[in-house]
Formats: sequence, structure tokens, C-alpha cells
Amino acid sequence: MLKINNLHASVEDKGILKGINLEVKAGEVHAIMGPNGSGKSTLASVIAGKEEYEVTDGSIIFEGEDIEELAAEERAHKGVFLSFQYPVEIPGVSVTNFIKTAINESRKAKGLEDMPAKDMLKLIRDKADLLEMDRKFLSRSLNEGFSGGEKKRNEIFQMAMLEPKLAILDETDSGLDIDALRIVANGVNKLKSKDNAVVVITHYQRLLDYIVPDFVHVLYNGKIVKSGGKELAHELEEKGYDWIKEEVNA
Amino acid sequence: MSKYTEDDLREELKTKEYEYGFFTDIESDTFPIGLNEDIVRAISKKKDEPQWMTDWRLEAFKIWKDMTEPEWANVNYKKPDFQSIAYYSAPTSVDPNKTLDDVDPDLLAMYKKLGISVDEQKKMNNVAMDIVVDSVSVATTFKKTLAEKGIIFMSISEAIKEHPELVKKYIGTIVPIKDNFYAALNSAVFSDGSFCYIPKGVKCPMELSTYFRINQGGTGQFERTLLVADEGSYVSYLEGCTAPSRDENQLHAAVVELIALDDAEIKYSTVQNWFPGNSEGKGGVYNFVTKRGLCEKNAKISWTQVETGSAVTWKYPSCILKGDNSVGEFYSIAVTNNFQQADTGTKMIHIGKNTKSTIISKGISAGKSQNSYRGLVQINSRADNARNFSQCDSLLMGNECGAHTFPYIEAKNKTAKVEHEATTSKIGEDQIFYCNQRGIDTEKAIALIVNGFSKEVLNKLPMEFAIEAQKLLEISLEGSVG
Repeated sequence: MLKINNLHASVEDKGILKGINLEVKAGEVHAIMGPNGSGKSTLASVIAGKEEYEVTDGSIIFEGEDIEELAAEERAHKGVFLSFQYPVEIPGVSVTNFIKTAINESRKAKGLEDMPAKDMLKLIRDKADLLEMDRKFLSRSLNEGFSGGEKKRNEIFQMAMLEPKLAILDETDSGLDIDALRIVANGVNKLKSKDNAVVVITHYQRLLDYIVPDFVHVLYNGKIVKSGGKELAHELEEKGYDWIKEEVNA
Repeated sequence: MSKYTEDDLREELKTKEYEYGFFTDIESDTFPIGLNEDIVRAISKKKDEPQWMTDWRLEAFKIWKDMTEPEWANVNYKKPDFQSIAYYSAPTSVDPNKTLDDVDPDLLAMYKKLGISVDEQKKMNNVAMDIVVDSVSVATTFKKTLAEKGIIFMSISEAIKEHPELVKKYIGTIVPIKDNFYAALNSAVFSDGSFCYIPKGVKCPMELSTYFRINQGGTGQFERTLLVADEGSYVSYLEGCTAPSRDENQLHAAVVELIALDDAEIKYSTVQNWFPGNSEGKGGVYNFVTKRGLCEKNAKISWTQVETGSAVTWKYPSCILKGDNSVGEFYSIAVTNNFQQADTGTKMIHIGKNTKSTIISKGISAGKSQNSYRGLVQINSRADNARNFSQCDSLLMGNECGAHTFPYIEAKNKTAKVEHEATTSKIGEDQIFYCNQRGIDTEKAIALIVNGFSKEVLNKLPMEFAIEAQKLLEISLEGSVG
């Protein structure tokens, strides 16, 4: 589904990703871990198509197509979803209005008519229930005054609505208490299928107890320096990142 | 992948052409340019006005001659040469007995281009339209339905002849002849406009709507609107305008007077989309408007405006809250782009006890434009327990535009409660990327953000107008982005 080859990317001429290789197949869950500043969020942003980042070398192949030249919204239309670490506020635009616009824009890109209001409403209700969201929440301005947990829950709600092929969850666990973490993780698990894939970016093992990865990668200094199964996450939790750094620097 | 920055956005906004920039060639009956007593007399004569009206105009002209143009607003422009303007222009083929079917096909075609299908409006929207093209009303509809309720809705020229007692009683009482330079000029030369009277206890069954339009090149237009809501009545009045693209600046100096007698309510909504000038700041309408309403006991006046057009706007729809428990509201969205300049806001004059006013102003600036909110909240000594809430928000796009807020508060009564809130924000690249990531392109993202920003005001507009206004915001700001 996703194949990243020798990816180099920089922001304002500062190299951040220095040769990433990663392959994610349909039905898989990958976790990307690593110390602060290793390039985890940059990788997520580059895959999603954030314009501040310049790809200086390598390629991003999604569903057999090089998406490097595509605008962020075109990548979204193809099924790339990013759950933001810091979701932005859009005052005056309700959660409902925002997701309705997003759904209909994606449909328009595929040559489909707007979703009938009745179907939209039903879909919104079903997915809100999945995330145990209060109905009142849906009429609030997007992310305005939301708690950390509400913001993340809203991200996963949007993911549930958009049904992406590839979902990248950027530190979705940060700012969540244990109950919110469980709800969010359950939501993600229910959305998982053999046809889609999830990339979880996290500092901690905690989230991975709920969303169990098939592969764990350690990102350090712009490169994937170690890959393994879920047991690698436990090892990191126990031993920290220093031994990895030492290995790399040795 | 192309990098989309605020610079690109600014660039694209610059190239946005005025969508309604076309000129319909209708034979016009235009006066020679210049202004003197003879011209004032001639306008009055042309309109077959009674002597009292001619005299009133002449008095206004005398006062105007000695006045000077105000310079306190935060706008810069080349002052119009008042002697190089033609003060009267009317489409030639006017016959008061005409129905819409008889209207000049060129005119009807023009409405179609504007998306104003009069027939459709009539059939589907339950809206009565008094259409002002240049200076003379060419068609009035729904008159009969309104007449059954005793509602008078006609051009002010007709009203001067048919209801002189009402016009004479109220005209110039809210905006006196000598109120300001432009009001005096309008009083002397006003071409046409609307008159509306809602009798006691009558709730007007439909939204009243007028489309104003400046058409003839080099012709200033001076509308005069007088709206009287008698005791316990209610009316919602809609005013919307677009103008064809012209190179020379066109002067527009309208006067609107509203009178809400005891327990009456007037809702006055405006969508203004006159030619804003081209991307180099050439041309465009000068919009110098005086709008004011008077509230008697328990009355309410609510102004809602969406201002997207004009090169220079100078406009302060105001409420005089004379009666106890009266309510004044002002909801405004002002969009400026390219070289547009807007200095707009309101005055809330609290005279009666327990009077209440609300001001919500949303300014959106793009390009090299300057957007100012100027508002006065005045609590007079007798106005016990007066309350005001003001909120002024500015949204900036790019780094070359300006947003300014000039709030004035004068409280002479210790029981007054006056609150003022102001915010300034910028459309962030993070917001746009967030929308992009959800499949929403940049053009649509900006529309979404701008509409969200303006929502509190858009919600105050009647439904069909809100949709039109929303479209207008999109056209004015991001039509060519993406």
C-alpha cells in the first residue's frame, strides 16, 4: 500500500529525514517510535503532503502511484489520513459542517454527488456513537475549546467518517487519560480491516497495548535504525532509547 | 508539488476580476454635468414634485454649498469633483403603467447576468421587489398583496405624490438636511429610492426587497429610503446591490431613515457589492452612506450588513434609542480586497431607560486593503440601566492589508454597562493544511474559514439572503484561489 524509498526531506534547508525506507501492506499495523526530534512527525507530515517540507530525494509510492507531486487534498482523496498531534481550531465551523464538507469534497473528487443529508446524518450519528461522543459535541466549533482528549477523539471520529486506506496517527495518545485512550484505541481497532493500514507514531508503549502493532520501527536522527515485532516496543519501554543511540553511534 | 503560500494567495486574490463587470447599453436621459440651483429645480420638475419638496431640496442645496467633505475617516481617495457629475439619469423607456413583461429586454437580460431573475424571485421567493435601475423605478411587484394589509411600498417619488402627508411628516427627521456633507447633497439631489409604511399592528407578510444598481457611466446615484413602522408593526427589509465595472469613480451617497414607533420592529439587511475598483485600485464606487433609525418605546431596529464592494466605504448605520426599553442591533461583515478601503461601524445612542444595544462587527481584509471599524456607544444621562455589548473581530489575509478598530464610548449615566471585545486573527497555513489533509482544497478551505468567522452575522440574515451573502463572500475573497 505504502512504499517509502530512501526518503530525504528538509524544512528551510535543514535536513530532517535522511533516507527512510518503509513498506506498509494492507491489513498491517506499524508503530514508529523514537526519541524527541528524531523526525517522526516530519515523516507523517511529508506523507500527508505538508508544503513546508521539501522532499530532496527518494520517493513515496502509495497504491502503486508516486504521490510526491500531489497536493495534500489529492492525497487525502486517495485515502491518506493524518490524525494530527495538534489539531487546529476553526472558529464558527461546527464539527458536523466540517466533516460534511470534507466528505462531499472527497466525493466530488471521485465524480460523486453530495451525500444525501439523511445518509450523512445517520453516518455521523453511527460514528459518533462508535467514539462515545456526545451529540452536543457535533455542533461545537471545530476544536475550539476542546480538551486534549476531545481533540483526539474528534480526529478519530473524522477518520471513521472518511474511511481512509492509510491512517497515520501522530501521537494520538498524548494528552489522553486512560479512559479516553481506551475509547480512541477501540475506535481505531473497529475501523481496522484487511484492506486498510495504520501507522501509529508514539513515544510510549501504552497505546500499543491497545492497538497492537505487527511491526515496530525506531526512528532516530532521520533514519529507521531498528525494526522488529511488538516485543521491540516492550524492550524500548524497559530500556529507553539510549542503547539504540549507542548501537547507531558505535 | 507546488508550495502554496500566503504570497500565492495574495497574488491570486489580486487577479480576482469583478464578476459583474459588464455594461448594459440602455438609452439614458442624462442631465448635463454640474450642480447648481437650476439643476436641483430641474430634478424636482422632472419628477413632477410638489412645491414643498422643491423648496426642501433647495434648502438642502444651500446648506450643502457651505459644507466641506469630512476628512476624519481612515480613508484616502481623490475627492470627487462635484461639478463634473451628472445628477440625474433615468432609463428613457419608463411608463408607470408597465408590468414586468413590458420591461426593456436589455434590462431583463442584465438581471439574468446578475442572477436576479425577477420572475423567479416573484414566483418562488415570496419577495416583493421594487427595482431601481439608475434612478427611476421600472417595476414594482406584489403591490396588491401589500395594499390589502394597508402596507405602502413604492418608490419615494411616487410616495411624494401619493402620500405627501407621510413623507412630509418623516423625511429629514432622522437624518436632518444638515446632518453631514453627503446627507445634505443627497437631500438636494436624491434621484429615487423606496418608501415603506407599515400600519399599526401589521406584521409585513413578506421580506421587502430592493435591488439598487448604478448603471450609467459618470452618473452619481443618490437614493433616499424612508421606512416607517407604525406602533406594534413588524417589517424585514432587504437591500442588495451590484454595479457594472466602470473606469471612473462613481459617487454614491444614499440616505436611509428608519422610524420604529412604539413596540415596532424593523429588520434592515443589506448586501452591498458595488464595483470595488480593479486590482490596481483604479475605478470603483465611492460609497458614502448615512443610515439611521429611531426607536420609540419598546421598539427594536436591527441593522445587518454584508459589505464586499466599493472602492471607498463610509457608512455607519445607527440607532437612536429614544424610547424606554428600546433595542438597537448592528451586525456587520465588511470585506476589503486589493486597494479597497472601508471605514464602517455604527452609533448606538442610548437616550431612554433600559435601552439595550448589541454590536457585532466582522472585518475581513485581504490584498492591500484597509478595513476600519468605527463605533460610538453613547449613554446619555437619563438612560438608566442602559446596556451595550460590542464585539469587533478582524481577520487578516496576507501581510499588506490593515485592520483598525476605533471604538468610542461615552457614558454619562453611572448605571450603564458597556462591554467591548475585540480580536484580530490571521488565516493560518496550519488551518489550511488541516483542511487540505481532510480533502478540502485551499479555495474551499478559505471559504469555510471565512464563513465560520462571519457566522454570527450571516445567521442574522434572512435565509435566502444568507445564501447569497455566503456566495458573495466566496466570490470576493477566494474565487480564483487554487
